[in-house]
Amino acid sequence: MIKTDTLIIGAGPVGLFCVHQLGIIGLKCEVVDNLDKIGGQCIELYPDKPIYDIPAVPECTGEELTNNLIEQIKAFKTNFHLNERVEEIKKVEKKWITKTNKGTEFESSSIIIAAGVGSFEPRKFPTKEIEKYEGKEILYSIKDKTLFKDKTVCIFGGGDSALDWAIELSGTSKVVLVHRRDDFRGMQASIDKANQLKKEGKIEIYTKYQLDSVQGKEKVESINIKHDDKTIKEIKTDYILGFFGLIMQLGPIAEWGLNLDKKTVPVNTESFETNKEGIFAIGDICSYPGKLKLILSGFHEGALAARGCFKYAKPDEKYRFEFTTSSKTVKERLGVKE
Amino acid sequence: MAKVTYIEHSGNSHTIEIANGLSVMEGAVQNDIPGIDADCGGGMACATCHVYVKEDWFDKLSKKEDGEEDMLDMAFEPNKFSRLSCQLLISDELDGLIVSLPSKQG
Repeated sequence: MIKTDTLIIGAGPVGLFCVHQLGIIGLKCEVVDNLDKIGGQCIELYPDKPIYDIPAVPECTGEELTNNLIEQIKAFKTNFHLNERVEEIKKVEKKWITKTNKGTEFESSSIIIAAGVGSFEPRKFPTKEIEKYEGKEILYSIKDKTLFKDKTVCIFGGGDSALDWAIELSGTSKVVLVHRRDDFRGMQASIDKANQLKKEGKIEIYTKYQLDSVQGKEKVESINIKHDDKTIKEIKTDYILGFFGLIMQLGPIAEWGLNLDKKTVPVNTESFETNKEGIFAIGDICSYPGKLKLILSGFHEGALAARGCFKYAKPDEKYRFEFTTSSKTVKERLGVKE
Repeated sequence: MAKVTYIEHSGNSHTIEIANGLSVMEGAVQNDIPGIDADCGGGMACATCHVYVKEDWFDKLSKKEDGEEDMLDMAFEPNKFSRLSCQLLISDELDGLIVSLPSKQG
C-alpha cells in the first residue's frame, strides 16, 4: 500500500500542473495513468500540433507543453504509475483506498480526477463475431512478436503502427496489410518501404477493403474482407491485428458513485470537489456552468483543487496563501537556490 | 439557419434548426441527440462525431481538410459518405441536410 496525500488520476497537462500546485503547498501525490507515457491527449492525440492558447506561451506543441510541465515539477520527484488504470475506490474511515488493474493500492486523504474523457483504450473491430477471439488471435497491440513466427498475420490500419508492424513482421511471417482507402497516413519512408516489400512479394496489400467476417472454430482460420464495391475476398490467416488508434472511454469512473452529467463530473467551482467528500475533478472531465474545455482552465481548476485537498491532508493546519516569488518555504519546496 | 435531420442507427430521427456558424456536431450535442460523442470537443482529434452524409448531400458539402480523412480511418465502420460532423459548418445552403449516425462511435 502506497501512502500519500493526494492521488491524481490522469497524467495529462492538467494533472501535471496540479502536481505542481500540490507540491508548492507541501502536499505529496502519486499519479496513475492508463497510457504508457506522460502527457495525456497532448501526447496521444496531437504531439506535433501547435497550441496557441497557453498564456504567455505564444506557440508550443503538445509534446513541448508536456516536457515543460514535467520540467516544472521535477523538484517534487513524483512517482508516475503508467500503464495502470484505476479500477476501484473505497472509503475506509477518513482515507480513500484506490486499487489499479495491476493491483497497486494507494491510501490517500483525497483523490483528484484529471482524466480527460476517460482512459485511452484501443479501438476495436466493429465486426460482431470477433469477441471470442479477442486477446488470442485478434490483437490490438503486440507484446511478443515471436508469436507470429512462420504464421500468417493480417494487419488492419493505415497509420504508422500498422505499417511499422507490417514491415517488421514481414521478415518472419506472411503479412497481409488491409486498409480502407488507397492513402496511408504513416511516415512516407514507411509507406515507401511497404510498397517496396509488396513489389518483392514479401507483403500483400489490399486497399479499399475492410474486415467483413471472421471464420474459425476454436481458433481463427480465415477472414472475409469486403471491398468498397462490395466484392468479398477470403484470406486464410492465423492472426488478425487491428491498429485503429485509441479511443477514450470513461470506464470505471462511472462506477464510483459520482454524480455524472453525460460523460462529465459536476463540481463546485470553489474547490472543484465532486459530490463525494475528498474527491475532486479537474480538466475536461469536470463540468460546471460556463466550463470551457481548455488547458488553461484546467490549470486554474488544479490550483483550486490542490488547496481543497489541503484540509483533508493536514486537518490541524491552516492553509496560508503564498506567492512563489516571495515565499522562502515555497522556494525550498521547488528546490530553488538563492 | 438550417434544418438538419439526424437519423439514429435505430431509425429514430430528429430534425432540428441550427444557427449558422455552429457545426453539425454542436447542433447534435446542444440538442441532446444521442449517438454523437464528440469526445475531443471539435478538434478533429478523436473521430467520435462520425456521421454518414446522405448520398445526394455529400458533394454539396465543403471538401475534407487535411487530417479529416486520417481521423476517419479511426472511426467506427466508415464508408465513402463518412464525415466528421465537427467539420460541417451550418449555413443556409445546408438547409435540409440529412445525416445518419453509426451504431456506435467507438
